[in-house]
Amino acid sequence: MTSTMQRSHKEIKNTNPKIIMFLCRWCSGKGADLAGTSRLQYPPNVLPIMVNCSSRIDPQLVIEAFLEGADGVLITGCHLGDCHYKTGNYKAYKRMTILSKLLEQIGVNPKRFRLEWISATEAAKFAKITTEMVEDLKYLEPYRKGGKR
Amino acid sequence: MSEEKRIGVFICRCGRNIAHTVDIDKAIEEIKKKHDVAFIEENMYMCSDPGQNLLKEAIHSKDLNRVVVAACSRDMHEPTFMSATKEADLNPYLLEMANIREQVSWVHENKEDATNKAVKIIESAIERVKMNTPLTALEIPVTQKALVIGGGIAGIQSALDIADSGYDVTLIEKASSIGGHMSQLAETFPTLDCSQCILTPKMVAVSHHPKIELLTCAEVEVVDGFVGNFKVRIRKNPRYVTEMCNMCNDCVEVCPVVVHDEYNMGLSPRKAIYIAFPQAVPAYYVIDPKTCLGIDPLICSKCAEVCEQDAVDFDMRGEIMEDTFGAIIVATGYEPYPIESIGEYGYGLIPDVISGLEFERLLSANGPTAGVIRRPSDGKEPETVVFIHCTGSRDPAKHLPYCSKICCMYATKHALQFKHLNHNATAINFYIDVRTAGKDYEEFYKRAAEEERVIYIRGKVSELLQDGNRILIRGVNTIAGEGVELHADMVVLANGLIPSEGTKEISSILKLSCDSIGFIKEAHPKLKPVETAISGVFVAGTASGPKDIPETVSNASAAAAKAITILSHKTLERPPQIAEIEQTTCGKCHTCIHVCPYGAIYYDSTSNKVLIREALCEGCGSCAAACPSGSIELKNSTYRSISASIKALLKGEEMAQ
Amino acid sequence: MAKLKTAIVLGATCAGCDVAILDLNEKIFEVDDLCEFVFWPTAMDFKIDDLLALEDGEVDIGIYHGAIRTSEDLEMAEILRKKAKVVVAFGACANFGGIPSLDNLPYDQSLFDLVYEQVPSMDNPQGTVPLEIIELKSGDELTLPKMLKDAGALNSVIDVDYYVPGCPPMVPLIEKVVDVLKKFSETGTLPPKGTVIAGEGTLCEECGREKPEQISYHAFFSPQETKKIDPDKCLIPQGIICMGPATRSGCGALCTKMNVGCRGCMGPTVKVKDHGLKMISALTSLLEVDTEEGMTEEQLEKIVQRIPDPLGTFYRFTYGSSLISKLHSDKEDK
Repeated sequence: MTSTMQRSHKEIKNTNPKIIMFLCRWCSGKGADLAGTSRLQYPPNVLPIMVNCSSRIDPQLVIEAFLEGADGVLITGCHLGDCHYKTGNYKAYKRMTILSKLLEQIGVNPKRFRLEWISATEAAKFAKITTEMVEDLKYLEPYRKGGKR
Repeated sequence: MSEEKRIGVFICRCGRNIAHTVDIDKAIEEIKKKHDVAFIEENMYMCSDPGQNLLKEAIHSKDLNRVVVAACSRDMHEPTFMSATKEADLNPYLLEMANIREQVSWVHENKEDATNKAVKIIESAIERVKMNTPLTALEIPVTQKALVIGGGIAGIQSALDIADSGYDVTLIEKASSIGGHMSQLAETFPTLDCSQCILTPKMVAVSHHPKIELLTCAEVEVVDGFVGNFKVRIRKNPRYVTEMCNMCNDCVEVCPVVVHDEYNMGLSPRKAIYIAFPQAVPAYYVIDPKTCLGIDPLICSKCAEVCEQDAVDFDMRGEIMEDTFGAIIVATGYEPYPIESIGEYGYGLIPDVISGLEFERLLSANGPTAGVIRRPSDGKEPETVVFIHCTGSRDPAKHLPYCSKICCMYATKHALQFKHLNHNATAINFYIDVRTAGKDYEEFYKRAAEEERVIYIRGKVSELLQDGNRILIRGVNTIAGEGVELHADMVVLANGLIPSEGTKEISSILKLSCDSIGFIKEAHPKLKPVETAISGVFVAGTASGPKDIPETVSNASAAAAKAITILSHKTLERPPQIAEIEQTTCGKCHTCIHVCPYGAIYYDSTSNKVLIREALCEGCGSCAAACPSGSIELKNSTYRSISASIKALLKGEEMAQ
Repeated sequence: MAKLKTAIVLGATCAGCDVAILDLNEKIFEVDDLCEFVFWPTAMDFKIDDLLALEDGEVDIGIYHGAIRTSEDLEMAEILRKKAKVVVAFGACANFGGIPSLDNLPYDQSLFDLVYEQVPSMDNPQGTVPLEIIELKSGDELTLPKMLKDAGALNSVIDVDYYVPGCPPMVPLIEKVVDVLKKFSETGTLPPKGTVIAGEGTLCEECGREKPEQISYHAFFSPQETKKIDPDKCLIPQGIICMGPATRSGCGALCTKMNVGCRGCMGPTVKVKDHGLKMISALTSLLEVDTEEGMTEEQLEKIVQRIPDPLGTFYRFTYGSSLISKLHSDKEDK
């Protein structure tokens, strides 16, 4: 299994992966804006949705994004301890950890789903993570819109 | 929402900022195809007056009922466009912004890619705005009255500042007098002002201030409600002595009960009827029901018999009072670290090893020894006194991890005052570091060490032993790199600070978050130093961590100023994008209640419903994601609206096979 | 009034739903008064030809229980749809795919290998496995139904009029169905199409256990791991996984009354798309909720990983119709 994955890494299978990226309003959203103000470049494949807090994201929305044809979903929020709403990101972390375990059980490649903490000042981290994730997804088959049926 | 959606889309060029990577004409062409878009226009600078006028005019002339502005980040200009929308008589919550600058034009170079992404972002904003409903900012009436909990210097200062600004204040104190720990101090560093002399006028001002209601022997029992209207239940414990008391002291003379005096740290006796200290406010006596022979005239009523004023009232009972306050300041202070727990120092076993506050009382003119330093063991005046800094502090392995902030300075002050009393005596300070970060503090320390010849030894004391009638001190001098062994007549331990019992109690009543030690957490350690996580509740003084007097006082004034920002309004306005519960499907499972970090959700047993306290909801949406029956929605950020955004962003993404 | 012609068709089922109908006790006589069974293989000797012999639309009420697992299930469902005026999906399997749908995972051949070769109790040196077509020496062929790629709910293959969830549907629900049939027989009226014949709310409303205002807990326990479960208090603060908050009411909360956490056989409530995800979101939110602040990612990870097998736990009955089951598995990419 691993060896197949490693082999498949060598060829690009998806030139234009699409990522739904959830931004929180107080940290990662501001980090994304700072990436803009600092004119950092990252691939246009990441499509942003701003919510108030990473804890707003119902796990069902992540699955909807995949079923609508996203190749990856990236949830971003404040670092633990920095949440504008005190403990929202703790909730998000617990929920999304189980969700990734579930996705693993179903056989969804873990590269397709990430949770990252990005502060309002971490524009460089923002650009790095988005670029990295787009690169990773290029080596996976395009995810099929509407799921398997 | 069956009305026809007439959406206006306004695209900003932002000079060349957006237009140089986003093909505005092409974007317009794409978005025109969208159903429900009644009007679309671009402008060089949407935030400029002409841009805003374009928006306002179009709302009127094209009869628009929804607006999307595609420009910069909402942090930048959302307020601008919301007020323009409002001016055009359209509900400002029917506006959505699409960020095509910070998140598109500035971060991508390829014009085609950037244009495609901009179109998708605008389309997702269109989907969102379709589902928005008109909202009105919440208006909450404010009770223009503050509650200050704790009558130490912090509470006194906060209460005076608020009252002087013209607002009513209730100051509540658990003990029989206000004044707190500051009233126990002899003199204060670095100026050596007499503590009583600077504190007493403030205490008197509190008692005379027409805007301040002072409740002593009182405790907060329950706090309900939220910013603007906290409903507080206060228990007033009986004092058994009425205001008729004229402080003649006749009762004290006849009282047969003798106990340790807390004010003098147990170094002197008091009676069961007493006054905390001569300058106490309010200035009348109190009976300590725990030690009085029983608050029962049949057993003993000597005090009542001698009282010419008939001020003793054994029938006095505790009362419960309820009141509503717009803001609360918590100023419940600290307690000295219990140094009995440091076994190697023998505090409590070796009589002449005493705590910092005990030494403070010995130094005080109104103290048990009238300001003469005497050994508790034999009453003799000591020739050599050792002061040990950081007692219990900066010792993460066994005691407190943090710096007490004040013990360097007060141990220095103690040594200095001791030398002032007896110039030929020897004062030795053991320290880890001498921290003097305050105005005139370094000078004060230099004065002690250089002018007054106080000896400073860098190192820790490992043990204290009774040796005859003297004390043997074993320690280390880390500068010389050698062990130290010396004898002294008295040892003073400069205890660290921990949160008081009152601080712990009130933080659990108010559900304030605390650090691992129990100090109340500030809403932000730098930018919100007196705010707490609960809107409308502020913290002043040492309840949030060790502070010296100047810092406590400025902290208290800051808390007062913050409280006034609430009290000075008749109503408070809050954003209306909050959670709402669909009662028909709510299963009353209580999941959301604890998920909410603000206590904004509660179960109402009379109506058997789970309800939202609108004024407390901050709109994070965590409850909506957690609700297992999908019955909670965040207004204008509903599940459907986010789901529609996702669909719009991924529109046209076909499976590649 | 003529009796309602009733057909009960079985898919991938344990036939517990049939037993549940018989659990009606004396009410079974009402069923007998109301219904004429034209097809019910569990109860009487019926063959497929008996069903095929009926006119299209001749059956008044067609009840289907079990998941759609094989080509035969699919065929039977399609026949039932043709013959019956009204089709009722009966039981968790027909409603949501049920337990059979838990194997919709990308196991490919491995599940088959496990069952016919690897399990310790298997003695199969020749490696005999069931085949779809077996040629007999006589030259004839025997066929077995084909396994479909995924097991699904009834409404994934045919149009369904009414839903009766539960594993199996509990007696109070079946009584409700009988009442619906009675009304239909007397007045000719039926509830709106798509009606779920069950409660509207969640199990919590029927459970009756005392709930603290603020729920939190520190670890999950299997019932056998705990010292004692308080029979009067909500199970979740006691660390017992209970799907009740996310699960449709109507069963009478039988499991929680027996000190067992709800397993979710009644499926989600009307607003929820994915039963398991909603329960995961709710339960993980409350895990260590009063002590989570200040924890590190590693600490959080550790406490969350105490939830073993989220798929088997939270999708025991609803995987086949869940959102996540529609996800494509990367393991199937070659």
